[in-house]
Amino acid sequence: MMVSLPAELTALLPILPEIVLAVGGMVLLMFGVFAGDRASGFVHAVAILLLIAVGALVLWLPGDKLVLFGGSFVVDSFARFMKVLALAGSAAAILMSLDYMAEQKQRRFEYAILILFSTLGMMLLVSAGDLIALYLGFELMSLCLYVLAAIHRDSIRSSEAGLKYFVLGALSSGMLLYGCSLIYGFTGTVTFTGIAQAAGQGGIGLVFGLVFLFAGLCFKVSAVPFHMWTPDVYEGSPTPVTAFFAASPKVAAIAIFIRAAVDAFPGIATQWQQILVFVAIASMVLGAFAAIGQRNIKRLMAYSSIGHMGFALIGLAAGTAEGVQGVLVYMGIYLAMTLGTFAAILSMRRPEGQVEEISELAGLARTNPSMAFFLAMLLFSLAGIPPLAGFFAKFYVFLAAIQAGLYMLAVIGVLASVVGAYYYLLIVKLMYFDEPTAEFIPAPRKLTAVLNISGLLNLLFFVYPAPLIAAAAAAAKSLF
Amino acid sequence: MSWPILSVVTFLPLAGVLFILLLRGGDEHAARNARWVALWTTLITFATSLLLLWHFDPSLAEFQFVEKQPWLGGATAYHMGLDGISLPLVILTTFLMPICIIASWRAIEKRVQEYMIAFLVLETLMVGTFSALDLVLFYLFFEGGLIPMFLIIGVWGGPRRVYASFKFFLFTLLGSVLMLLAIMAMYWAAGTTDIPTLMKHGFSPELQKWAWLAFFASFAVKLPMWPVHTWLPDAHVEAPTAGSVILAAILLKMGGYGFLRFSLPMFPLASHDFAPLVFTLSVVAIIYTSLVALVQEDMKKLIAYSSVAHMGFVTMGIFAVNTQGVAGGMFQMLSHGIVSAALFLCVGVVYDRMHTREIAAYGGLVNRMPVYAVIFMVFTLANVGLPGTSGFVGEFLSLLGTFKVNPWVAGLATLGVILSAAYALWLCRKIIFGKLEKPELAGIRDLDYREIICLAPLVVLTIIFGVYPKPVLDLSAASVAQLVENYARALQAVTP
Repeated sequence: MMVSLPAELTALLPILPEIVLAVGGMVLLMFGVFAGDRASGFVHAVAILLLIAVGALVLWLPGDKLVLFGGSFVVDSFARFMKVLALAGSAAAILMSLDYMAEQKQRRFEYAILILFSTLGMMLLVSAGDLIALYLGFELMSLCLYVLAAIHRDSIRSSEAGLKYFVLGALSSGMLLYGCSLIYGFTGTVTFTGIAQAAGQGGIGLVFGLVFLFAGLCFKVSAVPFHMWTPDVYEGSPTPVTAFFAASPKVAAIAIFIRAAVDAFPGIATQWQQILVFVAIASMVLGAFAAIGQRNIKRLMAYSSIGHMGFALIGLAAGTAEGVQGVLVYMGIYLAMTLGTFAAILSMRRPEGQVEEISELAGLARTNPSMAFFLAMLLFSLAGIPPLAGFFAKFYVFLAAIQAGLYMLAVIGVLASVVGAYYYLLIVKLMYFDEPTAEFIPAPRKLTAVLNISGLLNLLFFVYPAPLIAAAAAAAKSLF
Repeated sequence: MSWPILSVVTFLPLAGVLFILLLRGGDEHAARNARWVALWTTLITFATSLLLLWHFDPSLAEFQFVEKQPWLGGATAYHMGLDGISLPLVILTTFLMPICIIASWRAIEKRVQEYMIAFLVLETLMVGTFSALDLVLFYLFFEGGLIPMFLIIGVWGGPRRVYASFKFFLFTLLGSVLMLLAIMAMYWAAGTTDIPTLMKHGFSPELQKWAWLAFFASFAVKLPMWPVHTWLPDAHVEAPTAGSVILAAILLKMGGYGFLRFSLPMFPLASHDFAPLVFTLSVVAIIYTSLVALVQEDMKKLIAYSSVAHMGFVTMGIFAVNTQGVAGGMFQMLSHGIVSAALFLCVGVVYDRMHTREIAAYGGLVNRMPVYAVIFMVFTLANVGLPGTSGFVGEFLSLLGTFKVNPWVAGLATLGVILSAAYALWLCRKIIFGKLEKPELAGIRDLDYREIICLAPLVVLTIIFGVYPKPVLDLSAASVAQLVENYARALQAVTP
């Protein structure tokens, strides 16, 4: 059947997953408009299936590097790897929100639609081959995120989070755009490959543009010093939305960070490595120390994610294929850890409603041993204690840093991970050493499933780590 | 050997964990079954590990029971094997585990299943640490042990358990992460993390220096050496009896094992350069912590400080790097494994009865507990290093080895032997002898059969090893000889 299509259409094959997602999202939107919020359960279910189908399409597409639209859309193993991660994160985020939205009397079909379009933005972003596609992808993704943050429009906290995110996000988009325009002005092109050729050894103007571009990117991955929005937005947004924020958008933003740095600026790698070394150190250290004093578990996770982005950026700072492989492994494992942890946070439910204080977890090992066990495993994994998956994530980025001779960065990194271990241990202590307070009401089965699956993945990763590591290696190789 | 016997010994305890997880029924019922499952699992593991002993050829210096499977891809594989240095430590681990389970039989009343699971997981990780022949695999087992031990101290420990468990975890982690970076640097220098290959690699002097320091940071905390020993007294005091036993008998030995397995063979030049540092720290540990032990009021704390002092003999002997010194260090580790385990069990016996570990709360126990008094005396004397007990052989050999290299260090360390006699005998006199004056002690029972089952094998081994240490020394002789020989050859290559 494929053969009978005109050549113009078959040429669009590489972008088929995005087309399917866009069309599917719009059909669901129309359906939702006519059916109203009563059909939100159905819309959510179809959205999950759609994401899974698109993921299958991404994997099914022929391999090798495919380029479309004059180089502004690239599909390679790297894009495929990151897209699958982003899709998995989005699907899990919708799954985790189902019961929460029902309980909060917030059955809005738009929720799933917004996640779908945001995910579409991420996919375009991951495949972006020039600055225009980069910016458009970012905006599609971010605009959906701003609305999602404020989706509880009657809640002051949620509205505040949405507004804060929007204002600061707009600022960062401005910086990003300013950086893009400077780069365009100094190289005369917007495609990454063109920039790489024209840039050569760089020059002060190009570096200036690069700094602005990186500032915008750092904002999106919430790396220090552009992290300020993270704790407030994480705390204010509805918890399933926070789970989504912590998962897929981070993956997509890191992906474009890597692609922009490696594809567009290989000639001035020494310049951007310095920036990244600073950003990585600052993020790790701030993430580790600032999290210690937190009482609210969502704020804690915000600082934890800032720290984790710092660790992931170590791999990019190394600037090698091994480093990128490390980042990819890191993001894959980070996604599983974060989704599992948020599933546990969403399971912290009392008869009077959702609770967010860390102290509410006291004695969980008695009242709900299985939840306590899996959450403890995830926390140890986030701390990077072997043999859990989080250890391997850190292992590969540090391995790359040592290879690249970034000893100082590596030493500060491991010391920050020890400090970070302290606050994860505090939660484990609450759950295991302290006396229980009141019990949580039983969690919905979907949340328990997400928690248990991600807990088991983390616990048993060491038994058969080869698939993820090999896939990440192949993906990283396609960039170099 | 057609079946992977070493992996079976390593992972058999996890089968017990699965069984315990499947247990159903009321709390009481499940707790009792969990104890029995744990006991049988550890006994079967011990029996299987004796097969290792049976099939081990002590005349070979190479690794035996070697298994290799692809794992992380690239140069990092699942590589396991034993030689004369690791085998005794594996046997020590599997031997002490059933004793720990029996010692916890009545002492642990709450959350028994979780307790037994933590111990079984810990056994797998400890055996794995001693058998891993790949650096990443080693690190996995080595660090993984923190999680169950953290929970054992924190959940079943004493009043200051939170402080102690955090201190234990963070101290050890801090030391180990630096080692991890060194492992990575070694990987890029040699292209592999395979331990036997790395032993032959010959790293550049610069890398040796930094890597040695990084490994030292980890093992010095673990062993522990002065001045990073402060976590140990806290952890020992707060841990439940069996936790203290494992901590003193096995976990500390990982540090000494690390020096023998990594520091000496892989970084001989750096080891040679840093040996004075190690000697200094060892002597300080021996004398200073012995003095500190003299003024302790808590029995467990006293034994903990004496452990630090005894580990000083281990590091001293190891870094003398001659046959006597290394063999002495090895023997001292085994002997200390048995004696300190037994002493902690002895403290546990009276603690279970009186719920205090304060030395002042006891006195004149010999009148009510004659069997206990005899056993306690035997281990006290072994701790002092009386000839005829296992403690003597280890201390004597390490002093002998050190004397050859540096008579001053050996001379100063001998002071520690005298001091150890002072604090150990003082403890014994305070607790065991004298008049039974405290009215609370009037009704104290002597050892019951369960406690005798725990302590009897340890008494027997202490005396057998003291009188006839040859089988143990023979077991590791070939590996020790090869280690010393390679070390000397590496040094000769640079200074002809």
